[in-house]
Amino acid sequence: MTHALQIQNLAVTYEKQPVLEGVNFNIPEGTLTGIIGPNGAGKSTLIKAILHLIPRLSGDVTVYGKPYKKQRSLIGYVPQRSEVDWDFPTNALDVVLMGRYGHIGWIKRPGKKEVNFAYECLDKVGMKDFAHRQISQLSGGQQQRVFLARALAQDSQIYFMDEPFAGVDAATEKAIMKLLQEWKQQGKTVLVVHHDLQTVRDYFDHCLLLNKTPIECGPTETVFTLNNLEKTYGGAISFLGNGPALVQEG
Amino acid sequence: MSYDAWIILTGCLVGITCGMTGALLILRKMAMLADAISHTVLLGIVLAFFVTQSLNGLPMLIGAAIVGVLTAVMVQALDSSGVQSDAAIGVVFTSLFALGVVLISFVGDSVHLDVNHALMGEIAFIPWDTLMINGVSYGPTAVWMLGGVFLLNLLLILVFYKEIKISTFDSAMAISIGVPVVFIHYMLMTMVSFSTVASFDSVGAILVVAMLIVPGATAYLLTDGFGMMIILSAAIGALSSLLGYGMSIVFDVSISGSMAVSTGILFAAAFMLSPKHGMVAKWIRRKKMQQEQEQKASA
Repeated sequence: MTHALQIQNLAVTYEKQPVLEGVNFNIPEGTLTGIIGPNGAGKSTLIKAILHLIPRLSGDVTVYGKPYKKQRSLIGYVPQRSEVDWDFPTNALDVVLMGRYGHIGWIKRPGKKEVNFAYECLDKVGMKDFAHRQISQLSGGQQQRVFLARALAQDSQIYFMDEPFAGVDAATEKAIMKLLQEWKQQGKTVLVVHHDLQTVRDYFDHCLLLNKTPIECGPTETVFTLNNLEKTYGGAISFLGNGPALVQEG
Repeated sequence: MSYDAWIILTGCLVGITCGMTGALLILRKMAMLADAISHTVLLGIVLAFFVTQSLNGLPMLIGAAIVGVLTAVMVQALDSSGVQSDAAIGVVFTSLFALGVVLISFVGDSVHLDVNHALMGEIAFIPWDTLMINGVSYGPTAVWMLGGVFLLNLLLILVFYKEIKISTFDSAMAISIGVPVVFIHYMLMTMVSFSTVASFDSVGAILVVAMLIVPGATAYLLTDGFGMMIILSAAIGALSSLLGYGMSIVFDVSISGSMAVSTGILFAAAFMLSPKHGMVAKWIRRKKMQQEQEQKASA
């Protein structure tokens, strides 16, 4: 199986304390991977370090067999919704068009082809009617859909999504999942920082259990076990263990 | 061209150049950094004078750009090593500016460079300082310098429009698609430094801050489009200059002071009357909704 993503010996520190260390894992092509771990486990930091948004202490990132920097055009990133300024003077269509910026050359503006494609992407997430809406006038779920449409417009091979389900309504969550499944069927690879343990089995065929260092990485069936979750969450898992269907003893 | 026409042209160029650059700073939440740079460039100007022994435009621009970028770098360095970001601006701003003030006292009396002039400027003197080549006068030096900086800023904004826009809205995504965000940041800082130096002679360091920040803040209230905000901000800058010049004639007061006051008046007008974000429009919308609720309740 081809590896879409290979991480070797990645480490990140803030001040004196390592936030991530000894991070080694591979993600096979065409998988939907949930990145799971307690608060402060370094999930968002991991994505940011992989994408070179923050300095790494060490580590190599290989995307489809080549170093990260050579493969930028294959990569799509959906940041946490709270990381951008939604009062920025622009509309939904314009944000989606930003997804095309990596494909349009220097100086050139998005043309008719790009605009039509952006409309298509908005349509796919059910936001076509909001194309000309100022982005601050959108609800949280709608803003997340706009981000999703922008990711669609990027037309990447491998996507990194930072908590796309945070604070969205059920309809948006469904819309996101539908899109992720579509991407998977097209052979794209998706990594998602995810919080809700209840939905892990339904949503992801692959899991990375993380707490400063990877605890396990592999198919959900084999790695998403009570034993591994206890290792990842420490004592905190007892609060989550009440639901019998949550984790099947593996 | 007449004396008054040169002053009006100079004022409009200050308004347009600072307005378009300032709009970008407002969106990047860097208004206070612009305030700092507009003062610290004094150090650059003084240093350029020491090196070249003249008040020539080009060396001054280069000196100012170096110190302007240095200001941004130092603020960034202090900020990322744990100093509060507003304190970082305060520390760098005052120390570099003070150094400029100290050094300026070594400049002889014969040279037209002093603290008062640097802070307040005097647009009324602009038409007399003309660009002379082979004994032929080509109009005021300030107009040439401002015009050059205006064209440069316009060119940079047009060329890097997409990059400026995405790195301002979502810098993380910008980095992930390979946009040189750090370069864009320091390019903008250089543009601010250039705009400040070019406007220095006319309106001085304090009033240039008004021209950098207020038109942008006003435009922000009036539009929901990124490109439109830049255009509006430039137009409001120019309008402030015209309005200010008129006011200074009518009331016989400082021209540059009136121009800065005009930016405030236009901002206040937009704050009250903007169709979307203005106080009056908000009040009317609220009243309407109240009436609708009352009608529903009584129905």
